[in-house]
Amino acid sequence: MSDKAEIKQIIDESGDKYKYGFVTDIDSDTAPKGLSADIIRLISAKKGEPDWLLERRLKAFEFWQTMTEPTWAKLAYDKVDYQDLYYYSAPKQKVAPKSLDEVNPELLKTYDKLGIPLKEQEVLAGVVAVDAVFDSVSVATTYRAKLAEKGVIFCSISEAIREHPDLVKQYLGSVVPYTDNFFACLNSAVFTDGSFVYIPKGVRCPMELSTYFRINAKNTGQFERTLIIADDDSYVSYLEGCTAPQRDENQLHAAIVEIVVLNNAEVKYSTVQNWYPGDKDGKGGVYNFVTKRAACRGINSKVSWTQVETGSAVTWKYPSCVLQGDNSVGEFYSVALTNNHQQADTGTKMIHIGKNTSSRIISKGISAGFSNQTYRGLVRIAPNASNARNYSQCDSLLIGSTCGSHTVPYVENRSKTAQLEHEATTSKISDEQLFYCRSRGISEEDAVSLIVSGFCKEVMQQLPMEFAIEAAKLINISLEGSVG
Amino acid sequence: MADPLLKIEDLCAQVAGKEIIKNFNLTINEGEVHAVMGPNGAGKSTLSHVLTGKPGYEVTSGHVWFKGKDLLKMSVEDRAREGLFLIMQYPVEIPGVPVTSFLKHAVNAQRQYNNEPELDTMEFIKLLREEAKKLGIDAEMLKRPVNVGFSGGEKKRLEALQMTILKPSLAILDEADSGLDIDAIKVVSNGVNALMNEHRALLIITHYQKLLTYIKPDFVHVFADGHIVKSGNSSLSEEIEQNGYAAYTKEQ
Repeated sequence: MSDKAEIKQIIDESGDKYKYGFVTDIDSDTAPKGLSADIIRLISAKKGEPDWLLERRLKAFEFWQTMTEPTWAKLAYDKVDYQDLYYYSAPKQKVAPKSLDEVNPELLKTYDKLGIPLKEQEVLAGVVAVDAVFDSVSVATTYRAKLAEKGVIFCSISEAIREHPDLVKQYLGSVVPYTDNFFACLNSAVFTDGSFVYIPKGVRCPMELSTYFRINAKNTGQFERTLIIADDDSYVSYLEGCTAPQRDENQLHAAIVEIVVLNNAEVKYSTVQNWYPGDKDGKGGVYNFVTKRAACRGINSKVSWTQVETGSAVTWKYPSCVLQGDNSVGEFYSVALTNNHQQADTGTKMIHIGKNTSSRIISKGISAGFSNQTYRGLVRIAPNASNARNYSQCDSLLIGSTCGSHTVPYVENRSKTAQLEHEATTSKISDEQLFYCRSRGISEEDAVSLIVSGFCKEVMQQLPMEFAIEAAKLINISLEGSVG
Repeated sequence: MADPLLKIEDLCAQVAGKEIIKNFNLTINEGEVHAVMGPNGAGKSTLSHVLTGKPGYEVTSGHVWFKGKDLLKMSVEDRAREGLFLIMQYPVEIPGVPVTSFLKHAVNAQRQYNNEPELDTMEFIKLLREEAKKLGIDAEMLKRPVNVGFSGGEKKRLEALQMTILKPSLAILDEADSGLDIDAIKVVSNGVNALMNEHRALLIITHYQKLLTYIKPDFVHVFADGHIVKSGNSSLSEEIEQNGYAAYTKEQ
């Protein structure tokens, strides 16, 4: 079966374009609606957290109350009523599962349906280890024993807080402090779960690590917190996938991802974000307000963000690299696709502090339908960052004439020796290109997906193989109905 | 006798409200090579665009039968899958899409239409390499994005390769404008001549007789004022070469 036929089948089977839109019927342990110091105490108590963490949460909450929601992004959405949300929801489980056999079978079924098998023997013959986060809590982490042999720690952040408090205390909030921004501050107060990764000195992580985030419960905000630490001379490739049920109400997702990269270490972080984008009239969908940042703290540290974003009603997201160590390298590869009434304001920040630091930005934006998309990027070169280099390329592709695309690159250079290059293009799929393909027997829809895949190629090549195929399918599904 | 491969009856077509094709008639049978010649700007390319179904061209009256089917009712892609192939004068660039995957999509779309099993990547690449070799096309070129940075000659080579792979029943060679690249034309002619047999046909649209020294036509038609004003055998093109189109255009 061709890819196209396969996708068609997926769509037909689900009866809708968004095949992840189902709801799992499961009993949840939910904290009362609304946000207050008491709710935060309740979350912290439910998780059996140490005092220092509760204090940090309360401090963040206090600060958050003095902040206002940012309005500088080119996004228009109904104001979020933060008191009308649930901040904690966990699938009911009598005791914490010790192994997968003890995990609620409904949950396992959910992940199976999503194409994320959690039974270890099924997980791609040992090439990917998975941490699955369902609403507020991590439900299963696979391949832990195998990873432990190498000293790799891969578990939920709640577990890390209990089992590895020193590492968490040292690094949590060290890349994204709670004072950073409105959404990050909210997350710091109420985060519930997420993934934790520690790669020890000199270890090349033997498999891809993957976290799969799922929002299930209604009116529940998902606030995950991911912390990755790559110690000296280590390497890890980390994948993140996200889906949510189809609901008429908007769902809030405000996550933080912090990455710490030490001497000669490298972290590759890939995201395929497919939160529910809302229906074709713009009703429902996830608000995705995410702070992702990596600190390259050592010499020759390297971090690479690759993202394929097809989901969410509203996206506000700027995965960034702080290049502190000399010779450190930051990369950002992004494909953002918006259709119907989706809005995305996304880009990156490259902060050059160390000497001989270099960064590379390849951003590909595809807008269709009535969607609006903005690339917003900052390249900052500090006075001491001698011989810093940046290359930025921002390309936009418009499909149809009712969508919008905007490019807002900020450059702040305080070094005389910096070399900065910026290229930007905006193009449309031309009638001539479509006719050329069709006159060779290729249908208009296939022609559009061919042209789009050609447009995104540089970014897709950065993704691990399995993920790249998944991402290409997602892009095709998201383009459905954008022509003709 | 079998149906003609292509039968154009009293075709009238306009572009942006201007009538370019007026009561045009032409019948092409299997195995025949036809050349439609005419002065620059007479609208010869319009003919190839109307036949292939390019958007922007409006047929106001008349019929076109292709293998007995109503061609004008078919979509652009179905016309191609049915066996109509236009060798374009100015093929467009498709950035990021390698020749191989572009052609694989085209071939499998055609095979699906004909209820044939699709070729998998290995089968297709084998076929493509063999045909490319015959046309003197380097394997490296197959990895490059379609027409991006191609020289004029390379573009024509790719057109010839596509034709060879898709094996159309009727190929239309549109070289309506002046400014022929002789080397490029040789490439296309070789491809066309290799493909021609008693079941296939070719329609050449050109200004210059020169092209017809590489591909010998069975019939030559002079196109002026929106339709064919004179038909003959290949000697007609030699006459035009000597005397020009003056005798056939109203203005002169």
